Amino acid sequence: MRVNGVERAAPDDTRRLLSDHLRHNLGLTGTHVGCEHGVCGCCTVLLDGAPVRSCLMLAVQAEGHDVTTIEGLARDGSALHPVQQAFHECHALQCGFCTPGFVMSVVGLLAQHPHPTEQEVDEGIAGNLCRCTGYASIRRAVTRAAELSR
Amino acid sequence: MTTRWFGAPVQRVEDDRLLRGRGRFTDDFGDGALECCFVRSPYAHARIRSIDASAARAMPGVVAVYTAADLPFGGVDLPLLIPHPNLTHGRTQRCLASERVRYAGEAVAFVIAASRYVAEDAAELVEVDYEPLPVVITPEAALIAQHLVHDDVPGNVAAEMLQEVGDVDKAMREAAHRERLTFRYERAAASPMEGRAVWARWSPGDRKLTVYDSTQSPTSIRGGLAVLFGLPESNVEVIAPDVGGGFGPKIMLFYPDELLVPYAAMQLRRPVKWTEDRQEHFTAVNQERGQVHEVEVGFDGDGRVVALSDDFIHDGGAYTPYGIILPIISAAQLPGPYRIPNYRVRFRDLYTNATPTSPYRGAGRPHACFVMERTLDTIAAELHLDRIEVRRRNLIQASEFPYEVGVAWQDGNTVVYDSGDYPTLLEMAIANLGTKPAGDNVGMGIGIYVEGTGVGPYEGAHVQVLVSGKVVAATGIPSQGQAHATVWAQVVADELGVEVGDVEVTSGDTRRFPWGVGTFASRGAVTAGNAMHVAARMVADKAKLIAADHLEAAVEDLELVDGRVRVKGSPDRGIPLGAVAVLSNPVRYAFGGGTEAATQFAAKPREGPPLRDGEQPGLEATGYYSPPGSTWASGCHAAYVRVDPKTFRLEILKYVVVHDCGRVINPLVLQGQIEGGVAQGIGGAFYERLAYDDDGQLRNASFMEFLMPYATEIPPIEIDHIETPSPLNPLGVKGAGEAGVIPVGAVLASAIEDATGLKITEMPLSPLKLYELSMLRK
Repeated sequence: MRVNGVERAAPDDTRRLLSDHLRHNLGLTGTHVGCEHGVCGCCTVLLDGAPVRSCLMLAVQAEGHDVTTIEGLARDGSALHPVQQAFHECHALQCGFCTPGFVMSVVGLLAQHPHPTEQEVDEGIAGNLCRCTGYASIRRAVTRAAELSR
Repeated sequence: MTTRWFGAPVQRVEDDRLLRGRGRFTDDFGDGALECCFVRSPYAHARIRSIDASAARAMPGVVAVYTAADLPFGGVDLPLLIPHPNLTHGRTQRCLASERVRYAGEAVAFVIAASRYVAEDAAELVEVDYEPLPVVITPEAALIAQHLVHDDVPGNVAAEMLQEVGDVDKAMREAAHRERLTFRYERAAASPMEGRAVWARWSPGDRKLTVYDSTQSPTSIRGGLAVLFGLPESNVEVIAPDVGGGFGPKIMLFYPDELLVPYAAMQLRRPVKWTEDRQEHFTAVNQERGQVHEVEVGFDGDGRVVALSDDFIHDGGAYTPYGIILPIISAAQLPGPYRIPNYRVRFRDLYTNATPTSPYRGAGRPHACFVMERTLDTIAAELHLDRIEVRRRNLIQASEFPYEVGVAWQDGNTVVYDSGDYPTLLEMAIANLGTKPAGDNVGMGIGIYVEGTGVGPYEGAHVQVLVSGKVVAATGIPSQGQAHATVWAQVVADELGVEVGDVEVTSGDTRRFPWGVGTFASRGAVTAGNAMHVAARMVADKAKLIAADHLEAAVEDLELVDGRVRVKGSPDRGIPLGAVAVLSNPVRYAFGGGTEAATQFAAKPREGPPLRDGEQPGLEATGYYSPPGSTWASGCHAAYVRVDPKTFRLEILKYVVVHDCGRVINPLVLQGQIEGGVAQGIGGAFYERLAYDDDGQLRNASFMEFLMPYATEIPPIEIDHIETPSPLNPLGVKGAGEAGVIPVGAVLASAIEDATGLKITEMPLSPLKLYELSMLRK
């Protein structure tokens, strides 16, 4: 599999979840695990550009695919990705635990809907749980990200 | 002080690394550590006949399996925090149960293996022979006491407390109207997105224990571990790195893993890590909010309350590790913003076969607010008065502060409101709510609350100017998302005349600041915020003293501006703060530039020894702030809702908040705290329910069935503020962390009752619950 553009080997252990593989084998700990049953969305990564739950996939299932994690959006030292920048400007994160999953979902959403309506925003982030923000600032961030991406 | 940063919507300095996936949560550490899994009781109440871990121990990859018999502290009860004379029958669990389990999820064995996968497989092989016992699951059943949770606790009563202000019996007798009401609030779960986790390593050579813990109180964890393991506190380091939400349950200590993981690391001489999974979080992490209130209220023909008597039972859960703080808070906060001349409150804290309880955001207040607000709505209905008018007539007026309520508060004092303006909150909320939207099945709800925040005993802070001119600051209490690194930097930057970006804050790391209490009770801004202010001011004073020598100016003529100490009116006569830091340390070996001024061969040597009597090297200071009493924040929420008459789907058409937490440090951060709190309140009021069955099994221990709201359930929240500064602290601030959640249940109950005509006396609600109520009415 290619992870953030780099060819990486799959784990020997076929039981290994993609989320665990990313975090603990590849050291990409920006992908978080909040429920391990596919509801909270903290572990969202892009698989060939589309958001998926990395806790609901075995790592070996990602063989031959492109995986993008939060670390792959902006290189260290370079400017934030527009979605990351928008989350910062709009105070769309507090504890930051759900944030990578939200950011990846929004990257996926904006790829599909560059100018999302209010309803598309709500639906686009309705697969991710946040316990801190109450979502209002995240909604604002999605709108802002769409502006920044133009 | 200058007010350049204080009050400004400064964007957060902690965001960048969190957004790049460079956060540092506990499970992000510990590559190569041994990993663990608990064996937990599947029964809510059972006697343990035997435990056989031999098959698990024999499994390849398993390093150790601990049962109580394997632990030197296996027979020791875990600490009981905050003892109270009324807690006559306090009980705490043991690290691992060996004789009796009292809630489903109680830890029985602990498996340590090469990986989590192996540990979970091995946990399946631990054979525990249970003899199930009768279960007490509701507080009502606990009160009947047909069965006991603890054989030696009669009536399941852990504590009882009775308080009275005025003469309730007399006032009730003389009241023109009296009503008896029953209100029921169920348990709830905080559910931070990050579960709990602990990673420990032991250095045998220097006998140093280092523990990373997703806790709200690393200083207390350190103190407890030092005592248990017989180490000087200086040999124990506890770090709460990034913590993925707390909301209360992470202030609880000790959870069994907080002892077992460090113990295993010491025994096995290898790093050990345990990370909770979501299912065990639902049963093994403390919950809150279960109470049943029996109220009698006496009122006059104008709707003024003349007497209020409340007798409530509190679902304490299987143990009382956190004392009786919760019912104490409920009892104290029930009168809220209202003048209740005669008030009597009794509570009994009861044991049940459910997960123990300790504060969850709001901590005793949402239920108390619900009871008071529902009572006022009942008075309004009885007298055919407007609900808002009844509140107007009962509110404490702005001229009445300080206002003494007279009942016991959680800090050991009695409740005295320091400042506030409740009538203005109410009028602003009504104005902001505006006219009722057209259409059928629309209702209005309103709720007002006060919140005792900023409880002591104290917090401290260390502030240091480096020779680079940058500033580092540290405090003991960790952040779980409350933007400590930004708001403390604002406070420090103002005192030192530097940019926020020049101040780097560390919180929750005992290596940097070993003293303090914790992040809870909406206390961070008040306690640590003021400690930062105190410490930074000490540093500023020291900088002026040193610069005065150097600039040959009087101390009182100096000011700190733009990273320099300079003479007022002569901005060119000044010295950079970094150079003052150099001067503060009389050096023999110099680093960092500018040091020629600080050597013994300096051009202008000071008289006397390099350090004069009482002087300490370094441009740094440690300051503390200890509040004389709590600061009392307040707010009013109001909403319009629509309830579908067939499906009972709830639609929140408008939700307004008017909030008062004294002076606001950072409005951006405050807005986030309130929006998040209201969302958590909406979840708790209408979507989330802990569905325990009669056997004490939590039937919905997953996010599939415990319905935390997504964005689709949470409406926009309109927020407005007033500021009544607290007279109790230098910054004039009050706490804000819990505020958003407190009145939401009361507001939605009021609005739903208005919309549907269904009498709402319990929480949580749901479409199903409303349907059931509508069937009962028919």
